Amino acid sequence: MTTEPAQAGWRFKAPSVIPGFGLTLGFSLAYLTLIILIPLTGLVWRSASLGWTDFWAIATDRRTVKALEISFGTALIAAAVNVVFGTIVAWVLVRYRFPGRRVIDAMVDLPFALPTAVAGIALTTLYASKGWIGSLLAPLGIKVAYTPLGIVIALIFIGLPFVVRTVQPIIEEIDKEVEEAAATLGASRFQTITRILFPGLAPAIVTGFALAFARGVGEYGSVIFIAGNMPYVSEIAPLLIVIKLEEYNYAAATAIATIMLVISFVMLLVINLLQSWSRKRYG
Amino acid sequence: MEVRVANVRKEFDRFPALHDVSLDIKSGELIALLGPSGSGKTTLLRLIAGLEKPTKGAIYFGEEDASHRTIQERNVGFVFQHYALFRHMTVADNVGFGLKVRPGATRPAAAEIRRRASELLDLVQLSGLEKRYPAQLSGGQRQRVALARAMAIEPKVLLLDEPFGALDAQVRRELRRWLREIHDATGHTTVFVTHDQEEALELADRVVVMSQGRIEQVGTADEVYDTPNSPFVYGFIGESSSLPVKVEDGQLWVADRPIGLSVPDAPNGKAELYFRPHDVELLEECNGCIAGTVVASRRVAGTRRVELEIGGERQRVEIELPIEHPAAQKSRVAFRPRRWKVFLAEG
Ligand SMILES: Nc1ncnc2c1ncn2[C@@H]1O[C@H](COP(=O)(O)OP(=O)(O)OP(=O)(O)O)[C@@H](O)[C@H]1O
Ligand SMILES: [Mg+2]
Repeated sequence: MTTEPAQAGWRFKAPSVIPGFGLTLGFSLAYLTLIILIPLTGLVWRSASLGWTDFWAIATDRRTVKALEISFGTALIAAAVNVVFGTIVAWVLVRYRFPGRRVIDAMVDLPFALPTAVAGIALTTLYASKGWIGSLLAPLGIKVAYTPLGIVIALIFIGLPFVVRTVQPIIEEIDKEVEEAAATLGASRFQTITRILFPGLAPAIVTGFALAFARGVGEYGSVIFIAGNMPYVSEIAPLLIVIKLEEYNYAAATAIATIMLVISFVMLLVINLLQSWSRKRYG
Repeated sequence: MEVRVANVRKEFDRFPALHDVSLDIKSGELIALLGPSGSGKTTLLRLIAGLEKPTKGAIYFGEEDASHRTIQERNVGFVFQHYALFRHMTVADNVGFGLKVRPGATRPAAAEIRRRASELLDLVQLSGLEKRYPAQLSGGQRQRVALARAMAIEPKVLLLDEPFGALDAQVRRELRRWLREIHDATGHTTVFVTHDQEEALELADRVVVMSQGRIEQVGTADEVYDTPNSPFVYGFIGESSSLPVKVEDGQLWVADRPIGLSVPDAPNGKAELYFRPHDVELLEECNGCIAGTVVASRRVAGTRRVELEIGGERQRVEIELPIEHPAAQKSRVAFRPRRWKVFLAEG
């Protein structure tokens, strides 16, 4: 017998004793409506003017489908790569003391600060077949610039700080005694990491993944330089939208945007649910 | 398992936290490390667990030098002051963790682990809470989960760092009695740290009194209370009063008069007299006694504490008087300690 009622489906989280629940909730809703909901509704409404058949034609157009595939595919891969290496970078920055640590720590934020176009141009010069890195990869038959691989690299660059900065504070918070407790109980270092440390970091890692992924899907500036933008191969959805705009085809542009919006929203929602499920268990 | 700490020194960045500490712990003994904050209790406990490496000296488990064994191999149960529970695991998973991480050959089956965990939770009186997470427990309950978790690996030695430090007096007393019972039932060699002397004296077979990185005295509660071997122990354990005295020809003198206590073997010179405030004999007339004027008096439970000013140097000492004693402000009181000890002044 437990004394608490079981979590019965969906309900409001009980407001705490700290006053202001009503006020802050009202403010948040108004703010979100103004900043996010109204523009997005405008977007959907605009694309709705197309009518269902036209919308469907644009949505299933091979070029649109390809562009969406490339955008979401590369963003997912880049976010996955960032999760692995970003977590390692965060770990090293927190756990080890070495000369140059502060410099590296500051460097992590550079992708935040750099105008994305600058990043795109820099990466393209490096990875072009005559560039420093590109010329090393070319003999191996690996082409980076002007391929989806180039897009992935640009998105890894852009997304790294999201993972590092969400995971880092959680690693800092890890209680050393918890690791020591695991060791006295006989856990090897590997078991301590996989069974104790990683589960504790998982929610932060998922958040970092979501942020890096969302950023990657919407990224434009850095990608268009390195992607080469060949339709069906390395053309991303945001670029396709811009192209439609330049053709004064506003309806098509908003239609593609709406599709991106829906897919992104569903994915982020799933990630969030995943997270609240794992959070619930830590209390 | 016997544990022997042999001439261990521990430095942190050149700062010596322990100087040349030696200690023999018998198998099945319940030992308390008692000392003021910063005296090196936690450091000694962590050295035994293998969480720190000694700068010098060695620690033996039985006949074997434990220095070459990793923490994992030492098989000690360590209970941290702040519990250090795994917060993403249920109570049952916390307790079973030590069994679950064993290598395949010695790992019990999942059902057996669950059975062991609930058995231990019974022992620590937490049955029914298996499914809770640590965040859903009270402090005392977490403490008991930590203890059950440490005992699950059937440790050779159980080490507890201020196990009841964060709990209120009522719960502390309860858990204290209960720890003694568990110790008697399981027979683990147990070392626990505390800076509560009542806890140490009541619970432990032997008490290790520490100060400034050294062991001052090791003994039973009676030994450390009745025959302290240093001014520090006299002052730290129980209540004490002290008075500067002079040794002359085997007699103790306060200022210019003998006080009727003899120390036949002591050399002449300055010394310090220690006694318990309640362990004094009041005298009517004084030939060979300590006499002073009452300067302060306060009621403590069933007795009265008075502060006396002694002699021309106005040394203050505290003694205990029966409630009905007519000692008033400024009145004169004469007494002689019943049980006492002198420590010669250093140098
Ligand atoms: N990791 C460390 N680095 C540097 N100094 C340390 C470290 N751990 C302990 N010390 C020092 O060693 C001395 C003994 O510390 P220790 O933690 O053993 O004291 P303690 O007796 O457990 O005190 P408390 O009752 O306050 O817990 C202290 O002066 C402390 O500052
Ligand atoms: Mg301590």
